Amino acid sequence: MTIDSMRATPRPGEAADPQFVQLLTPEGERVEHPDYPLDLTPDDVRDLYRDLVMVRRIDLEAVALTRQGELGIWASLLGQEAAQIGSGRAMNEHDMAFPTYREHGVAYCRGVDPLNLLGLFRGVNHGGWNPAEHGFHLYTIVIGSQTLHAAGYAMGIQRDGVLGTPGAGAAIAYFGDGATSQGDVNEAFVFASVFNAPVVFFCQNNQWAISEPLERQTRIPLYQRAQGFGFPGVRVDGNDVFACLAVTRAALAQARDGQGPSFVEAYTYRMGAHTTTDDPTRYRHKADEEAWKLKDPIERVRSYLVRNGLADAGFFDSVDADAKTAARALREACLSLPDPEPGAIFEHVYAEPHPLMTAEQEAFAAYLASFEEVTA
Amino acid sequence: MTAETLTLGKALNAGLRRAMEDDPKVLVMGEDVGRLGGVFRITDGLQKDFGAERVIDTPLAESGIVGTAIGLALRGYRPVCEIQFDGFVFPAADQIITQLAKMRMRSLGSVSLPITIRIPCGGGIGAVEHHSESPEAYFAHTAGLRVVACSNPVDAYAMLRQSIASDDPVIFFEPKRRYWEKAPVPLDGDFPSLHSAQVVQAGTDVTVLAYGPSVKTCLEAATAAASEGRSIEVIDLRSLNPLDLPTLAASVERTGRCVVVHEAPVFAGFGAELAARLTELCFYRLEAPILRVGGFSTPYPPSRLEDEYLPDLDRILDAVDRTFAW
Repeated sequence: MTIDSMRATPRPGEAADPQFVQLLTPEGERVEHPDYPLDLTPDDVRDLYRDLVMVRRIDLEAVALTRQGELGIWASLLGQEAAQIGSGRAMNEHDMAFPTYREHGVAYCRGVDPLNLLGLFRGVNHGGWNPAEHGFHLYTIVIGSQTLHAAGYAMGIQRDGVLGTPGAGAAIAYFGDGATSQGDVNEAFVFASVFNAPVVFFCQNNQWAISEPLERQTRIPLYQRAQGFGFPGVRVDGNDVFACLAVTRAALAQARDGQGPSFVEAYTYRMGAHTTTDDPTRYRHKADEEAWKLKDPIERVRSYLVRNGLADAGFFDSVDADAKTAARALREACLSLPDPEPGAIFEHVYAEPHPLMTAEQEAFAAYLASFEEVTA
Repeated sequence: MTAETLTLGKALNAGLRRAMEDDPKVLVMGEDVGRLGGVFRITDGLQKDFGAERVIDTPLAESGIVGTAIGLALRGYRPVCEIQFDGFVFPAADQIITQLAKMRMRSLGSVSLPITIRIPCGGGIGAVEHHSESPEAYFAHTAGLRVVACSNPVDAYAMLRQSIASDDPVIFFEPKRRYWEKAPVPLDGDFPSLHSAQVVQAGTDVTVLAYGPSVKTCLEAATAAASEGRSIEVIDLRSLNPLDLPTLAASVERTGRCVVVHEAPVFAGFGAELAARLTELCFYRLEAPILRVGGFSTPYPPSRLEDEYLPDLDRILDAVDRTFAW
């Protein structure tokens, strides 16, 4: 017997949903939404465009480095640039992001050197940046775990008594559509809700959890899950950087003001493979990808800039040149990343001295040294 | 030095209270720890005195408790989580193993997670399934965690304060069937290092190693053996990770015989690590293989059978006899 649950499942929310917040159409036309006014100067828009191009170029370079054997693996953000730049630029200096392993665009907004990200995927370390310095926590690889960290961090913000003051920050948890099936994510929703914690749950619904489509995770639009947990949910065009910026700004502002958690579903598409080891041709149609290409997050900003006379060819050329320069510098820096010393295995396991770490480190050093004596 | 006669449970309560008084960042969180004071009343009165912001009745979700504690620690707090019973820690195992234990290395040392996770453990209280387990080996096996187990009121108080003060995550096992044991507890002064083993009964013929609820049983066994002219040295490990090997090895070097006792199943249990390490360190001094006494390699049985399952005085003495008969 086969159980065709897929056939019985309604497509969980198409973009035609009335809740869908869009401020910039795929054609580059600015549209208004009553709940999300957004005033951007021409400089703001050009900066957003530059961010989008930069992170796509960095991502492309990382994919190339992986193909050439320089990184062990890479999780490409291709297609999700607007969701990440829009939400990333909505954060203030007091906010703290809790990313998955695909938030390269958010990392860029938070001032994390992309070389750190490449170092992780090259295997030089497991991350290594200081989260407090950037308001950007470490990449979390176990799906959904970081949403609880975000909820707990937000409970800490509450206890610091800063909500509603100019020094207030909020937590923002990044996760994907697949993660919404995880127990931890649902527990994070419960904790955030019952404690009214200042956290924004920012779900990039990129339609795919490796090979499993959205229908395998949900039978209702994801943003509607929030209602069951007792906080607002909104779906935003995840390929529209304006909408992602406006909606995340509003959600963060509410959180910082003490109005509690909210859920943002950025409706987007993973244009690339899950990671460089994945093969999407085994589970999805090229036609899907072609349809989403028409909704490209960068092209629509470019069209908007051109259509409104806010940028000329010189601007676009300079952005491309800057991106190319940055990518080249990143490549060179990546190739010259030194491998860690063997002793690094034992470092940073414990904050305080630990006799077993010391004993194993010393024994291993002596073992390695014995080879040097033989060769000397 | 002030000392107060306290039960082990009250000593834990006093330790928590003192830690909360000393450091406003210390939080207590768990299921029923607030108004009720915990199902064993270990947190009794703390919410009344420190408020609901610092003594948090959490939703009923263990992964959520540990996961949000990690977030609170990232924000500068020092959470003490209560897991209601040993068998309920497993929903939190992922957060403990993949996040809590590894965050420091992931951050190259820029992040510390000073979190204490209190777990009442072991059997002997006639409970239903999942309320009598000894999961210490899972956590001792996980690098990045410190794992300790108190056996008496004095250590309960001192070790809990030390665990909370540690900048590393600490899994703190409490011997639930000993919660009502009493002793005079020094409330101040110099406490032995958190990770030191203690010789709790000096002896010359055989070394018996134990921790948590088994220590008292071993002391009773030593008393019984003494009446038959056999001198048992009992060492309370107190800390499973790190392990105070010098203290253990010094004893085994002297006695030449060693028996390890714990409630957890013997197969792949913590005793295996002790036996392997001490065999390596004391090989030429050993008169017999190191023997292990513990729970059987079965799930914990229904409580009408737990007296058969748990290592008791007779099974400990039987193992001691076997080391002499070798």
